[in-house]
Amino acid sequence: MAQFKSPADLARTRQRIISRRARKRFIAINASGTCGLAYGSDQVFQAFVAEIERQGLTEQVGVRATGCLGFCENSPIAIIFPEEISYFRVKPSDVPEIVSKTLAGKKLVNRLLYKDGNGKKIVREGEIPFYKHQSRIVFGNNRLIDPKSIDDYIALGGYSALSKALFEMSPEEVVETVKRANLRGRGGGGFPTGKKWETTRNAPGEIKFVIVNADEGDPGAYMDRSLLEGNPHSVLEGLIIGAYAIGSHEGYVYVRQEYPLAVENLFIALNQAREYGLLGKNIIGSGFNFDVAIHRGAGAFVSGESSALMTAIEGRVGEPRPKYIRTAVSGIRERPSNLNNVETWATVPLIISKGADWFTSIGTAESKGTKIFSLVGKVNNTGLVEVPMGMTLREIIYDIGGGIRQGKKFKAVQTGGPSGGCLPESLIDIPVDFDELTKVGSMMGSGGMIVMDEDDCMVDVARYFLTFLAEESCGKCIPCREGIRQMLHILIRICDGQGQTGDIELLEELSEVIQDASLCALGTTAPNPVLSTIRNFRDEYEEHVKERRCPSGVCKALISYYIQPERCQACLLCLRECPVGAITGGKNLVHVIDQDKCTKCGTCLEVCPPRFAAVLILSGEPVPAAPPQGTKVERTKGTQQ
Amino acid sequence: MAQKLSKIDRIIAKYQADKSALIQMLLEIQRENRWLPPKALERLSQRLGIPTNQIYHIATFYKAFSLIPQGRHAVSVCLGTACHVRGAPRLLDRVTDALCIGPGETSTDMKFTLSTVNCLGCCALGPVMVVDGEYHGNPSGKEIKRVIAMCD
Amino acid sequence: MKKVQKVTLTINKREVRAKEGMTILEAARDAGIHIPTLCYHEKLATYGACRLCTVEISRNGRTQLVTACVYPADDGLVVKTDSPRLTKIRKMLLELMLASSPAKTIQGLAQQYGVAKPRFEAKKTNCILCGLCVRYCNEIKQANAIGFVGRGTERRVVFFPEIASTVCASCRECFSLCPTGKLPSETDGVCFDDLTLEDFLSTKQAKV
Repeated sequence: MAQFKSPADLARTRQRIISRRARKRFIAINASGTCGLAYGSDQVFQAFVAEIERQGLTEQVGVRATGCLGFCENSPIAIIFPEEISYFRVKPSDVPEIVSKTLAGKKLVNRLLYKDGNGKKIVREGEIPFYKHQSRIVFGNNRLIDPKSIDDYIALGGYSALSKALFEMSPEEVVETVKRANLRGRGGGGFPTGKKWETTRNAPGEIKFVIVNADEGDPGAYMDRSLLEGNPHSVLEGLIIGAYAIGSHEGYVYVRQEYPLAVENLFIALNQAREYGLLGKNIIGSGFNFDVAIHRGAGAFVSGESSALMTAIEGRVGEPRPKYIRTAVSGIRERPSNLNNVETWATVPLIISKGADWFTSIGTAESKGTKIFSLVGKVNNTGLVEVPMGMTLREIIYDIGGGIRQGKKFKAVQTGGPSGGCLPESLIDIPVDFDELTKVGSMMGSGGMIVMDEDDCMVDVARYFLTFLAEESCGKCIPCREGIRQMLHILIRICDGQGQTGDIELLEELSEVIQDASLCALGTTAPNPVLSTIRNFRDEYEEHVKERRCPSGVCKALISYYIQPERCQACLLCLRECPVGAITGGKNLVHVIDQDKCTKCGTCLEVCPPRFAAVLILSGEPVPAAPPQGTKVERTKGTQQ
Repeated sequence: MAQKLSKIDRIIAKYQADKSALIQMLLEIQRENRWLPPKALERLSQRLGIPTNQIYHIATFYKAFSLIPQGRHAVSVCLGTACHVRGAPRLLDRVTDALCIGPGETSTDMKFTLSTVNCLGCCALGPVMVVDGEYHGNPSGKEIKRVIAMCD
Repeated sequence: MKKVQKVTLTINKREVRAKEGMTILEAARDAGIHIPTLCYHEKLATYGACRLCTVEISRNGRTQLVTACVYPADDGLVVKTDSPRLTKIRKMLLELMLASSPAKTIQGLAQQYGVAKPRFEAKKTNCILCGLCVRYCNEIKQANAIGFVGRGTERRVVFFPEIASTVCASCRECFSLCPTGKLPSETDGVCFDDLTLEDFLSTKQAKV
């Protein structure tokens, strides 16, 4: 492939790809994304390739292995274009039927269509509730792209924003456009991207760096992985545009090694971009030079902090620096360095192509555009969702997410990762944007949205995050290391039923000092999960401390499993499955848990058939005396063994 | 040993003995050996002119590295938030029981190493167990035993 | 040669002149104003770990907490080295340190700030990880005989025997720097106790 020497070369290549593909149908399978692969999408993809060839349809139908399609839980997913017929949970054995019915003919395979809550079948992807309420301007192209094919990206107009920036705009105009678009960093605090670019652009020095932060560390967030895996060129194009605007000729992508597929697809993308003359010397014949190196992170949450990340790129331990000079002015090797996260970079080409006005027409007054969230936890429709800023939590969780699983009651939604907080039902109608989330004591973070129900204990959740932070703190400064250690001690004590009067207040006192005195943002935000749960669920803490009771039935030291004799149907299931043999009973005999032997693993509750629902979790009350040995079961009407 | 050192030298050469690529080289050594042998770290220190204490700081700082030989099969349980609320602690208990080793431990026959990871970004699958790179979403007790039995 | 510029700032309502490029801590010390520190050493690169030197600065009506050992003594800066908020912070930091290191230096500082008995419990490691020994050995002696390992609450200091066995016996300069007295008490002999990589790794060792 010859390198592009002018914008016309790029446009011609694009036309050639499009005309070559005209009148061809495509079927997209999410076989190039980690979650899809885990569900066996690759076997489905291979089956399609083989079957289409077998039925002699290779000329008419193209098969595309795409990245994440958002609705991960229903993988493997197959979408047929242009009709957007969507099949879910496709098995390799379904493939011949799909090919002969839908691809060769015009018939649907009904059983693989999406079924809504009322049992109604939905054919088109865009009409499925999960997708209907989204606006997938950044993430939507994933379904049209094989991430290993730069042609797919170019066919969609890829790199035309870069071409426009290089040939029709001055670097200052690019910065100005991003500033006018009011794009704010998608990775954490929401700092204005344009302003950051300007600082680095104006900082003294010839050598400057631009960096993609793909060290997505917030547990429960995976939009950056899905973008890098599924559409690496969009991130790369944004980065090159940013480099041009800032005046940088060297860039880095810092990506977690826990994301092997993202690393792989990124390497391929970089090489293809170099082959096409989109990276390297004299990009598209513009005279602008820029290249990128990949740096794999070796697993440290704190490395996502900008100064720590840059220290790691220098090959040293990724610890935050004690400096009050911003990395935008003094970063990698003390050169001005601009760091943005994956989603931010991927948004840049759209702003350049469609203009700042288009972008500011989406979102709220101070938070423009869309945001990708990972809607996970106890919600019916789990996956990645992209919505305009300002949509309410309720709309996201109920309209898109389909509400809480198993008809349980919503309790909280956790946003912002370990720096964020848990928001209760009373706050579920707030519009989601940077400032609103901060106002209620949480934050946007990178967009994790973990839904919790009545079975989740908020003290346990706080303990969970502090355990995470105790391990992930770099351990350098006293307030963060020792403060987190002591907060975790106290939380473990409370969960173990050993809480003391004054513990909640001590947690608050510690929090204040950790927030005030820590060296970096990991420390200053570390108390947030504790403070937000105390603020919104103080009664749960008090029940643990004063009544030695875990109202959600989570904290093992405070609960007992109990089989209600009147409901037990002696089905033997729990008796057989109990890993420690703590259950006695027999055929026709009521099953009883030996409380001394029980390890509270919860297996009995899990295996007890819902129609019996005999196992209960008790907390804060004594376990009723067991019925005399050999008590026979009372048969419930209509139930059979 | 000489053969092993030449392997290390090859990795160093791949990165042009660039000091700033130390973490990248350690990742490759870790992948090839499933741990970081002291001899390899010594070699890196000599060849790159980086003091040993700095190398050990890095090697003990990042989760990807191990200074102890690891088992032939890597089993890890995701402890991300989404997995946590969907029962990751229970899954970890079950995997611990099935392998007879706790998180961070390696079985004496060097067959398994059990580790935990803070979010693999596969939240929809949760709770997730990964065995030698294969993801298993919400595996039942039987499934865990089956997957483990398949490792030789 | 460039002439060193002078700057004027206010510390505790007193006007203080300092050389450009100085930190708040240096400017304060030159003016005889005391700010407590534990991890600071004038010969070593700034580290900013103990956070005891946290002070309040105000500019344009906004108050901010910064560490005096790192923050530059800018012209016109208004600094407060003592306030109820700062006392609260230092008190808690000392209480946290005291839980793991009941050493005399820490006890003395803690008493000054009114911490009697810490409300916390922790393993008595006798080390607050101020890093003075590690940094002195690396930066001044360039011997690299001692270093950090681990991260988070597992972080600690260890000696590297291959180097330590040859250089430490005749040096021991880091001993006098140690604010908790851990080094002299435990490394007088050959045995470094928990100050070894083996000990650190044994907490992660393979199990039966």
